[in-house]
Amino acid sequence: MSIRDRLSGNEAIACAMRQINPGVFAAFPITPSTEIPQYFAQYVANGLVDTEYVTVESEHSSMSTCIGAQAAGVRAVTATSSCGLAYMTEMLYVAASSRLPITLACVNRALTGPININNDHSDSMGARDTGWIQLYAENNQEAYDNYLQAMRIAETPDVRLPIMVCQDGFITSHAVENILLEADEKVRAFVGEYTPERHLLQHGNPLAVGPYDTCPYCMEHKVQQAEAMKNAKRAVLEVAADFARTFGRKYGLFEAYAMEDAEVALVLIGSTAGTAKACVQRLRERGVKAGLLKLRVFRPFPMEEIAQALSHVKAVAVMDKSEGYSGCGGPLFAEVRSACYDLPNRPLMTNVVYGLGGRDCAVEDVERVYRHLLRMAESGQAGPRYLHMGQRSSEQEVL
Amino acid sequence: MAYNHKRELSKPERFVGGHRLCAGCGAGIVCRAVTRALDEGDRAVICNATGCLEVSSFLYPYTAWEDSYIHSAFENAAATCGGVEAAYRFLKRRGSVEDSFKFLAIGGDGGTYDIGFQSLSGAMERGHDMVYFCYDNEAYMNTGIQRSSSTPRFASATTTPPGSASSGKPQNKKDLTEIMAAHHIPYVAQTTFLTNFKDLHEKAHRAIYTPGPAFVNIMSPCPRGWQYSPELLPELCRLAVETCVWPLYEVIDGVWHLSYEPKRKLPVTEFMRLQGRFKHCFQPGSEWTLEAAQRYVDEKWEALLSRCV
Amino acid sequence: MNFQASKINEQTPWQEMTPGGEIYEGGTAKAVRTGEWRSDVPVWDPAKCKQCLLCAPFCPDSSIPVSNGKRGAFDLDHCKGCGICWKVCPFGAIAFEKEEK
Repeated sequence: MSIRDRLSGNEAIACAMRQINPGVFAAFPITPSTEIPQYFAQYVANGLVDTEYVTVESEHSSMSTCIGAQAAGVRAVTATSSCGLAYMTEMLYVAASSRLPITLACVNRALTGPININNDHSDSMGARDTGWIQLYAENNQEAYDNYLQAMRIAETPDVRLPIMVCQDGFITSHAVENILLEADEKVRAFVGEYTPERHLLQHGNPLAVGPYDTCPYCMEHKVQQAEAMKNAKRAVLEVAADFARTFGRKYGLFEAYAMEDAEVALVLIGSTAGTAKACVQRLRERGVKAGLLKLRVFRPFPMEEIAQALSHVKAVAVMDKSEGYSGCGGPLFAEVRSACYDLPNRPLMTNVVYGLGGRDCAVEDVERVYRHLLRMAESGQAGPRYLHMGQRSSEQEVL
Repeated sequence: MAYNHKRELSKPERFVGGHRLCAGCGAGIVCRAVTRALDEGDRAVICNATGCLEVSSFLYPYTAWEDSYIHSAFENAAATCGGVEAAYRFLKRRGSVEDSFKFLAIGGDGGTYDIGFQSLSGAMERGHDMVYFCYDNEAYMNTGIQRSSSTPRFASATTTPPGSASSGKPQNKKDLTEIMAAHHIPYVAQTTFLTNFKDLHEKAHRAIYTPGPAFVNIMSPCPRGWQYSPELLPELCRLAVETCVWPLYEVIDGVWHLSYEPKRKLPVTEFMRLQGRFKHCFQPGSEWTLEAAQRYVDEKWEALLSRCV
Repeated sequence: MNFQASKINEQTPWQEMTPGGEIYEGGTAKAVRTGEWRSDVPVWDPAKCKQCLLCAPFCPDSSIPVSNGKRGAFDLDHCKGCGICWKVCPFGAIAFEKEEK
């Protein structure tokens, strides 16, 4: 029986961490993830966890501490946002290449500059090439459930990759919503113990980690990492299946909302999905066949599955809550568009970059995007592929 | 237990031959000496910063270490070591680790004085039970001899070359040992390679077996960067100590103890003239550099003497 | 994990290399014969050697083996010919010569 409660997203993550009782928590504050180490510190102070709580002096040291700890055979966790994630980016690559299944709670916040403390996805999108598995949540329930599944995914023997569990800063992290929590012993039974085959502190068996790879060796190690990321897709689905059997809530690579007969659809990530679902319901009442694809797993990118889900749609808007400054669209657009390249009938597709620096996106804004898609479907023309929405402009903007 | 040279040298090697350090490299001598200071029954985890030692001692698939080893990046040996140590504490409390482990972070002056300074300071301040050994060869050697804050004044480096408008590095050497003493950690020491290695051994052993954080700074000459023929390493270490360029001392629970006072303090030129990195100081017209170098050594030495009990 | 370092070389396929570049044994560097770097070689005269062991800690390459308080012959597989031991020996028991190859 799940336990009904009301928690913010940050508190939900901290609760999951407490239940899992990891070996080492590397703690450094940055808005809006700060509450996670704060809640956890209180658990430590009250003897509710056995975790070694290391109050590091920077995020680069957070990830370095996690790398040392995980290599030494324990579960190492941390939480960060924005420039904290950027500062540890060097070490994110090392965590992945060293094949250490560290878990990081990323509370998404815009990357500086200008400095902004509100939500967008530029931080975790900026880390998309680091080799980390990336899961995104629409709300506190998904953040909690993703966190419970994260370690089993990451620790799968043919995966062994670090994982970041993302949620929108302030919107999800600080908003108190209803949530179903699971009992401590059920969580522990589901997550299990961390039992790496080799670690630094084994009796009689030294381990060396982090070599200098000359050219004859480096490519092979990177190919191994690429294969591990491919395997992660299967691991995500296996763990989700077990999660559904154990706790009754179903997860996949993405949520397809009203997609079966959709003629126009949005692809997006995160809390905007809640807003978009409200819009889809409104449009459906008026007979518009609108649908929504809410991506949960961005890394590994479920290319074939996304293409399949969009194959029958006439017009798609990919909503990016971050810029990549490619000059022609955001990161999610580039990958979704690439996914659809092999479809015999490719949907018309456009990119909408929105919500930067916490710019609000309301139901009316989402509806404007769907109206634009309807015009695209009607005319058979994709029109401009790369649009921004929500900014003040002295010119007439498309959206 | 009193230092017994033969007993210590008879212990099994924990840093083996086959690594790629230059012939005559001080860092190799450091690694053998500090791992020799471990009690035989204890295991270690070596946490090594990127640099000459790291690329040479763990070049895939060859590790020169008999103990566990981790390298993660350049500026974070101390933070990585803190993570390993925290994991050990967790596992020990659970009864999951049977062995007794010691945690040795090892970095060059680049990864310790400069880019690694923040991580070092943080780890020491947090009180992890670990030792940070710096093999101080006084420049960023692995990238081809660029100056670090540890490079002595007037030394030639590729980023502080002498020329008509320069006499080499303009700043004095940063005193990291003093800075680490100011962290008020239980044990700090400065040492190098002398005669039977008693000074280095006892300091390394004390650092490893003092609970809490410890820092040991080991002058580690580099034949390439200092420009001398490799066999002169022992002579350079002896002169560094006899000229008081590199005094030997310890700070034990905040109390400063001088390890050695030369009976006859030699002029700093005795140390400098054997090294090509100072040869421009001996050109006519550059006498002022030798005078400035001597004044600086004298001031530092007098200040150290007044601090020591 | 049974990946032995001695089985890994520049022809090893990616499937047979250790994940993440880990190595599961200590001291695998011994297999590298850095002795090939030498131009000059130390020559030990056991008759002059007083077994003071002042040379042994100065060797950066662990090439002066010591057991039971006594040093043995140079490990010429690893000695790089730096000459430090030659300079440090107080008894002239180590010569330093051009190596004939």
